[in-house]
Amino acid sequence: MKQLVFKEIDGGKPFYMLLGFFGLFVLTALGAAWYMEHNGHWVTGMNNQVVWGTPHVFAVFLIVAASGALNVASISSVFNKTAYKPLARLSGLLAITLLVGGLAVLVLDLGRPDRLIVAMTYYNFKSIFAWNIMLYTGFIAVVGVYLWMMMEHKMNRFTKIAGFSAFIWRLILTTGTGSIFGFLVARQAYDTAILAPMFIIMSFSFGLAIFLLVLMGIYKWSDRPLGDNILLRLKNLLGIFIAAVLYFVLTYHLTNLYITESHGIEQFILMDGGVYTQVFWILQIGVGSLLPLALLYSPATGNSRTWIGIASLLVIIGGLAQIYVIIIGGQAYPLEIFPGKEVASSFADGIVGSYSPSLPEVVLGIGGVALALAATFVGVRVLRFLPTSLADEVIDPHYSAEAEATA
Amino acid sequence: MIKYSLIILIFGLLPGVYTPAMAADASAEENASGPFIPKAQRRYSATQDCVEPTDEMRSNHMKYILDQRDATVHEGVRTRQYSLVECINCHVSDAADAPRVDSEKHFCNSCHTYTGVSIDCFQCHADRPVKSRFLSLTGSDSHPARQPQELANEGAGNE
Amino acid sequence: MSKESNIDIYRRRFLSGSAATAAGLAVAPGVLLTEVAQAKPADAVVTSDVRWGMLIDTNKCNNGCDDCVTACNEEHNLEGFGRPSTDAQWIRKVTLKDKQTGYVQTLPVLCQHCEHPPCVDVCPTGASFKRADGIVLVDKHICIGCRYCMMACPYKARSFIHESLQDQMPYSPRGKGTVESCTFCVHRVDAGMTPACVEACTAENHNAMTFGDMNDPDSELSLQLKQHNSRQIRADLGLNTGVHYRGI
Repeated sequence: MKQLVFKEIDGGKPFYMLLGFFGLFVLTALGAAWYMEHNGHWVTGMNNQVVWGTPHVFAVFLIVAASGALNVASISSVFNKTAYKPLARLSGLLAITLLVGGLAVLVLDLGRPDRLIVAMTYYNFKSIFAWNIMLYTGFIAVVGVYLWMMMEHKMNRFTKIAGFSAFIWRLILTTGTGSIFGFLVARQAYDTAILAPMFIIMSFSFGLAIFLLVLMGIYKWSDRPLGDNILLRLKNLLGIFIAAVLYFVLTYHLTNLYITESHGIEQFILMDGGVYTQVFWILQIGVGSLLPLALLYSPATGNSRTWIGIASLLVIIGGLAQIYVIIIGGQAYPLEIFPGKEVASSFADGIVGSYSPSLPEVVLGIGGVALALAATFVGVRVLRFLPTSLADEVIDPHYSAEAEATA
Repeated sequence: MIKYSLIILIFGLLPGVYTPAMAADASAEENASGPFIPKAQRRYSATQDCVEPTDEMRSNHMKYILDQRDATVHEGVRTRQYSLVECINCHVSDAADAPRVDSEKHFCNSCHTYTGVSIDCFQCHADRPVKSRFLSLTGSDSHPARQPQELANEGAGNE
Repeated sequence: MSKESNIDIYRRRFLSGSAATAAGLAVAPGVLLTEVAQAKPADAVVTSDVRWGMLIDTNKCNNGCDDCVTACNEEHNLEGFGRPSTDAQWIRKVTLKDKQTGYVQTLPVLCQHCEHPPCVDVCPTGASFKRADGIVLVDKHICIGCRYCMMACPYKARSFIHESLQDQMPYSPRGKGTVESCTFCVHRVDAGMTPACVEACTAENHNAMTFGDMNDPDSELSLQLKQHNSRQIRADLGLNTGVHYRGI
């Protein structure tokens, strides 16, 4: 295996223009956050029935994807697949930047974002949310240390233990994120243990899709070679993860369909829910799962970079849709306070909660994505996260058996 | 290099020179260069203007408020001495044209605007005394009711 | 202050309170105040010796009556902004129609003040808490407005304040960006009175709502609970709510 060289990407005008482009979205997001905080949340689509909206969809998506983005590094450090080693640094960086982007959106949507210090100093340890605050901030530190071990030659011998710690940490973190919803007894769509492992497998899928896109994007941008070998490995992995997510979704819904008590929520999501049904079938299942699977495994498209990129993008869209259905669809379905009764009141009891995404919310969510991407770009510009080449001969230990033998 | 250091030094020291002079002025209630602090409507008791001496309140009123709020909210302690509602009852007028909290002439805002320390109490708390059924039924402007000698003193002294 | 003078003050307060009550009765004819318990002394910390609860008799609750809701809105100045989806509601009248039999009834739904409140479990800062005497409250000083408690409440009892507020009641602070819900009129309870909704229901002679100390076997509430069958909404969740209902 040829010696790997890590080098920062070039700066210059194109870099600053791209940064400026992302910065524009970040600025508008900050403006949207100020607008929402100053006027109060009545200017958003969120209300007393659907209390978490588009910002939370983006935030949860980014946080889940962040933990999944670390997968590639974990595969190399924990599962000893040397082919993924060159990608480990980017994987760690992406994990941190996606998490920061998600957290920024989450914090800026709070009713009292000025009380962030309160959130970090007053803890109710029975709350999974409180644990998550510590898990998220700790994740940044743990991955930071992991990156340090990888990038500092003298510390390389600790990479494995740091990688293992990061791997366990992110499993706990994603379990915690899924449990935010899984622990809630109040709502028919939640209150189930399967949400925790489902979020873990979702993180695998979304994180890898984003990783693939960012990898292809940066290498194309900086004119560095990216070999087919590594790309195809990642593609196959993505296909497996998409299928695994489908399995969890299937199990979740099949179980609910068996339980008579849950027929209401199932009918809502799968048939009667209007926009939620459409988002579920068309975006989550169709565009987000079945179509990418077909694209990734079909011989006609499976080896083409363009189609792999498109498939990754579709997975991301499907992921956002899935989280939209979980968070917003789950809230829109009315609470079963009086089983067996038709309920009506002045507080929207018994009816599907109305929600439509408002501009400030969407702008804030996109700003989080822009922040993550901007931070990633700054990272690879400033530090040595990326190998100068990921061509086949550089990374694949099995590329040329004779060359190895004669070396 | 030395020229720049001197400039920075001079401008850095200026606030230090400026502030004590302003503080000396601020001790007067009504002074052109200090905050306009409105006079209180009532006394706390026959023997006391306020719940603590003025200097003590100026330095530490935030500490009393912070401690009292936890005691009231979590433990149901509703003593009069450090109650925010009682501060408002004495220090803020409930006249229709009296300054509200967004004005510099509101009692709390008079100093807080001057010192540039923003407070968010009045995002939630009433910024002036309010007459309501509950308050009239409990016999005072807040719970608990004031002692008869305090009620008698009310007319006697704006300081 | 010595303990003795405390009792004196308490006595004087009770007397002046009663005098003011009589004055209040003259001012507001037809208003009946039910003293449920002696007001605790102002400097006393609440303890779990008391557990506040409520019994709502839906058989006496009329379709179309919302005296409790009006009373609550007035007591706490829950001004609406003409935006029903975001306006706060602490108590609401709910109309139930049985899907099988067609039987229709109405009842008020408010914060149930559970013994094991999910909203308290999930609050990341501990702002949502249960007072020692069972009243579930939001400490709005440390509420960050994350609305997780609103997701967690099985009764949809909580409201988020979506806009800047003015003219709050001094005994009921509420502000933009925090979450709130029925407080059992904790300011009244500490003064030895009943919540505004119960008072209004009683004053209008519907007598559908009873409030009292569940730990006191001789309280009106305990006697009623013992005599007549009642149940909690979503009792299956095991939250042991403080609010009980008859007739559902």
